[in-house]
Amino acid sequence: MNPQALSVESANIARRENAWQRLQRHWSVRIGGVVLVLLVLVALCAPWLGTVDPSLFDAASRDLRPGQSGEITTLEGEMIKHKFLMGSDSFGRDIYSRVIYGARVSLLVGLATALLSLAFGIVFGLSAGYLRWLDGPLMRVMDGLMAIPAILLAITLVAMWRASLVTVVVAIAITEVPRVTRLVRALVLSIREEPYVEAAVSLGTPTLKIMFGHILPNCIAPLIVQGTYICASAILVEAILSFLGVGLPPDIPTWGNIMSEGRVQFMAYPHNLFFPGVFLALSVLAVNILGDGLRDTLDPKMAKRL
Amino acid sequence: MYTFIARRLLSTIPVLLVVAVLIFLMLRLTPGDPAAILAGDAASSEQIAQIRSSLGLDRSIPVQFGIWAGNLLQGEFGRSYFYKMEVTQLIAQRIEPTLALATLTILIAVLVSVPLGVIAAWRFGGWFDRALMGFSVLGFSVPVFVLAYILIWIVSLKLGWFPVQGYKRLADGFWPFLYHLVLPAITLSVIYIALIARVTRASVLEALGEDYIRTARAKGLPEARVLMRHALANAAVPIATVIGIGIALLIGGVVVTESVYAIPGLGRLTVDAVLARDFPTVQAVILLFSFAYVVINLLVDLSYVVFDPRIRY
Repeated sequence: MNPQALSVESANIARRENAWQRLQRHWSVRIGGVVLVLLVLVALCAPWLGTVDPSLFDAASRDLRPGQSGEITTLEGEMIKHKFLMGSDSFGRDIYSRVIYGARVSLLVGLATALLSLAFGIVFGLSAGYLRWLDGPLMRVMDGLMAIPAILLAITLVAMWRASLVTVVVAIAITEVPRVTRLVRALVLSIREEPYVEAAVSLGTPTLKIMFGHILPNCIAPLIVQGTYICASAILVEAILSFLGVGLPPDIPTWGNIMSEGRVQFMAYPHNLFFPGVFLALSVLAVNILGDGLRDTLDPKMAKRL
Repeated sequence: MYTFIARRLLSTIPVLLVVAVLIFLMLRLTPGDPAAILAGDAASSEQIAQIRSSLGLDRSIPVQFGIWAGNLLQGEFGRSYFYKMEVTQLIAQRIEPTLALATLTILIAVLVSVPLGVIAAWRFGGWFDRALMGFSVLGFSVPVFVLAYILIWIVSLKLGWFPVQGYKRLADGFWPFLYHLVLPAITLSVIYIALIARVTRASVLEALGEDYIRTARAKGLPEARVLMRHALANAAVPIATVIGIGIALLIGGVVVTESVYAIPGLGRLTVDAVLARDFPTVQAVILLFSFAYVVINLLVDLSYVVFDPRIRY
């Protein structure tokens, strides 16, 4: 081996060792990551952040301005004093509590959708890329799915099924699966020509083991990046569905639902829309920035294209 | 080249067919009997059975698909359960606002984003470039309805420049029509601008690294001409592609924007029809939007020949 090849080799090893450190150095990974961790903490600690049960309401505390104090009736029927940090809605519910609890729903939808669409996309993409007879038919179905605008597809799917957390996640995931499938298929098509795959084939390794043991591990980095973007877009689409009134049922406090209920009296009480809107935009922004950072560090080839 | 156009046209047929099958199956497999919905609450079971056989709903699924697809090809989309009229007629009534909104949005988006992307690539790494990239991430992240309400709040309520909501038909005069359309179009164009500006910047940046740019500068061409005639012209294909792909975003945005600004277009119709479980209408509108998306991307593919004379099919 000549010295130059050796140095390229060692440079690659050095880069691989540094991947985690390089991630931590990247400013958009830091910012996005920190904001996201804060949001997750807020969502997990929702009951201890001065909130009340988000479904509680009190006719006497309707349409309070942010920061006003009022009363609210607990489930036990007690009247307690409560400061409405973000005001209250037209039922007299505490917007602050609803927004904080809404973070749970949004983050859950984002994460679940990303995992679900990655799982199906990986299976379909590996099959299409590695099993040639499946490629044509499978990709035609994916092309068809991609030709239907995502939000319309999601709206229709949710409307057909009964709206619930599961159906919303599945519907959004269905719109994302074709994109993941395409990505995985493209990766597989280049990876399958690598010598180590050829070696595995000639050693008689079972096809399934080649697909999941040899090819899949080399697709991980772009998939993490893609998963982050799916998470951001799923949070956004869930909010849009709920806002349009075709998403999660109104009794679940989500940012989209709060805004959907608040839009009627937007002119008089903009805080109904303002606070959930800020939280929504902030979360999507954090996840997107994190995704950009991950792309720059983990997937330099893709980073170059954009 | 004509063989290419023919081949490209033919290649859209399987996609459209798959779309039709998917939409058909999606809605036919929903719980609920369309014949019973159409007949109304007071109908007897014989009447429902009669409607069912007249619609062909008692046949097998493949036969039903055949009948449905045959009707589509003749321009028959069926009758709306909710609006009690032919779906084609319904769409004809609602298409103007959507077309107007989409056209104005694309116009604004292209006119704003392409120059921004070129300047950012020209001043790569500078403050303008960073600001544009920051704006672009922000544009992707702020949901269109949040943006809509922010704009309504500032521009319509506080400044009073534009009406809060509503739509005026083109027949009522061009200026009122435009006046009501500008704010929704600006709202909708933000995400599109973010997308196109990003791609314009990236592809102009790539072109600027080529040898012919150095040659153009070396022979003393003015910088503006180098940018427009040499860099941008060579970056046109990816830009055209992303405009085509962005149509999907635009259609999703139209649904939301029309809802917020109370514009009686197809997007609003989709949401209303979904809420009323008016499946023939939902089916027709989704088919129409998907068809538009496929056809626009077909046109984009064909436009490569114009943008890049090196491409010969």
